Amino acid sequence: MTAMLELDRVTKRFGGLLAVNNLSFVMQPGEILGLIGPNGAGKSTLFNLINGVFVPNSGRIVFNGIDITGEKPFLVAHHGLARTHQIVQPLTNMTVLENCTVGACFGREDLPLHRATEAARRAAALVGLDDRLHMLALHLTIAGKKRLELARALAAQPKLLLLDEVLAGLNPTEVEHMIGVIRRIRDSGVTILIIEHLMQAIMSLSDRIVVLNYGEKLAEGLPADVARDPQVIEAYLGDPKLAMQLESKDGGASHGNAANV
Amino acid sequence: MSDALLSVEGLEAGYGEVQVLWGLSLKARRGQLTAIVGANGAGKTTTLRAIAGTLTPWGGRVMFGDEDVTRLPSHVKAGRGLALVPEGRQLFSAMSVAENLELGAFSPHSSRSYAERLNQVFGLFPRLAERQRQRAGTLSGGEQQMVAIARGLMSDPEILIIDELSLGLAPVVVYQLLATLKQLKQAGLTILLVEQNVHLALALSDYAYVIAEGRIFTEGQPAELAAKPEIRRAYLGL
Repeated sequence: MTAMLELDRVTKRFGGLLAVNNLSFVMQPGEILGLIGPNGAGKSTLFNLINGVFVPNSGRIVFNGIDITGEKPFLVAHHGLARTHQIVQPLTNMTVLENCTVGACFGREDLPLHRATEAARRAAALVGLDDRLHMLALHLTIAGKKRLELARALAAQPKLLLLDEVLAGLNPTEVEHMIGVIRRIRDSGVTILIIEHLMQAIMSLSDRIVVLNYGEKLAEGLPADVARDPQVIEAYLGDPKLAMQLESKDGGASHGNAANV
Repeated sequence: MSDALLSVEGLEAGYGEVQVLWGLSLKARRGQLTAIVGANGAGKTTTLRAIAGTLTPWGGRVMFGDEDVTRLPSHVKAGRGLALVPEGRQLFSAMSVAENLELGAFSPHSSRSYAERLNQVFGLFPRLAERQRQRAGTLSGGEQQMVAIARGLMSDPEILIIDELSLGLAPVVVYQLLATLKQLKQAGLTILLVEQNVHLALALSDYAYVIAEGRIFTEGQPAELAAKPEIRRAYLGL
C-alpha cells in the first residue's frame, strides 16, 4: 500500500536555528496522526514544509506516491492536501458559502463553479455551519470561524488534511462537537495529521503520536506508550536533576518532592 | 483576616476572541510560596497577567486581602503591594541597573524610604550593587533576572508574583535565585511562582496548582502531588 505521507530526513533552518532537524515519519491512509511537542518544537513549521509554504533545506516529502518537496502550496493543494491555520484566516467579507467555495475551486479537482458550490455546501454541513451559509465570515463567533477554517479545507476534498489547533479557544461543548466532526471526516476516508495543545483530546483522537522537541523526533508510537515515555515526560515536566541537585546543595530550601511520574 | 493574601475566584480571560482561562480559582496564602505549573499554552502567564492587571479579566474575581481588585489597572495594584516579575524579565535595557530599580520604587503604600529598600535589594543581590551603573541590557541572563526580581521588590510588595523564574538560566544561577526566594519567604513575603520545571516547583513550594486547558487540573501539598499520576495526565492527557 502506498503511504499517504512520507517524510524522509527533512531539515529546515532559519539562520542559525534548526527548526526541523532530520525528521522522518510515515502516515498510512485513513490514519489520524497526532503531532505534539512543547512550544517552539517545530510543529507549525512542519505543516508549512508539508504544504509548501517553506522549502526544506534537505530531505524529501512524498505525498501519496508523488514527490512534493519544494512544490508551491497551490500545487500541493491540487494533489489533494488541505490545511487549516492556527490563527483562523477567513476571507472576512465573503459569506460562509463563498469561503468554502473558494476552497473547493482550488482543491483536488478543478470544479466548475456550480459543482464547487455543491462541495462547499456539503463541507459546511459536515461541520454544522449549514444554518449560516449566507452570513459574512467576519460575523461568526470564534467557534464558528474555527469550523469555517475546517470546512474550507474540507471543501477542497482532500485526501490528507492538516489540522493546526482547531480546538484551541473553544469551550468544552464546542470541543466535544469538533472532536465528533474530526472523527466523521476520518470515517469519510480522509487521512488526518493534527497539531493540538488540548492533550486529552489529541490523545483520544489519534491512532498514533509523534513527539517533536527542538525540531527532532523525540518519540513515536501509540498514545498510551508515548505518555509513559520517560524522555517525553522530561521534555514536558522539566529535568528532575535540577531539583535533586537543589536538595543535595541545600536540604532546607527544598522539601524533597521530585515528581514521581 | 483570612490566611489567603490573594484569592482568585472563577477567573476568565483571553485575547481577542480566544478564551484562555475558563473559571480558574486559586489562593496564595500569607507567608507561603505557592507554585503554578502546567504545560505550554495551559494559561499560566495569562493567569498572572489577569491577577496583576496587565490583562483585564473577562469574568471572575481577584481578591487582594479583603479588597476586590479585579478591575484595577496594574499600576494601582503595584502601588498597593502586588508586584509582578514578568516572563522574559522585560527590563528597560538601555537604562542602568539603578534606574531600573528606581522605576520599580514608585509605591505610595511603602513605609520605608527609597534608600532602605535599595539597601535591602543590594543586600540580597550584591552583584547588582557592583553593577548599578551598567546598562541592564548588557547583563547576563541571570543578572537580568536578579534586576527583575529586585525591581519588583523595590515597590515593597506584600506579594511577589514571578513568571518563569528558571527559564533559560544556568542551574548555578537558578540555585542562587532560589536561595534568595527562600530568604524573602522567611522574612514574611508571600510569593506566587510560575515555574516550567515541575520538579523544581514542587521542591520549592508550600502548595502547588497544576493548570491544564485554562482550569485547575489538580492542586495540593507538593508531596501529595508528586506521588500522584495527575501531573502527567495534565501535561500529556493520559
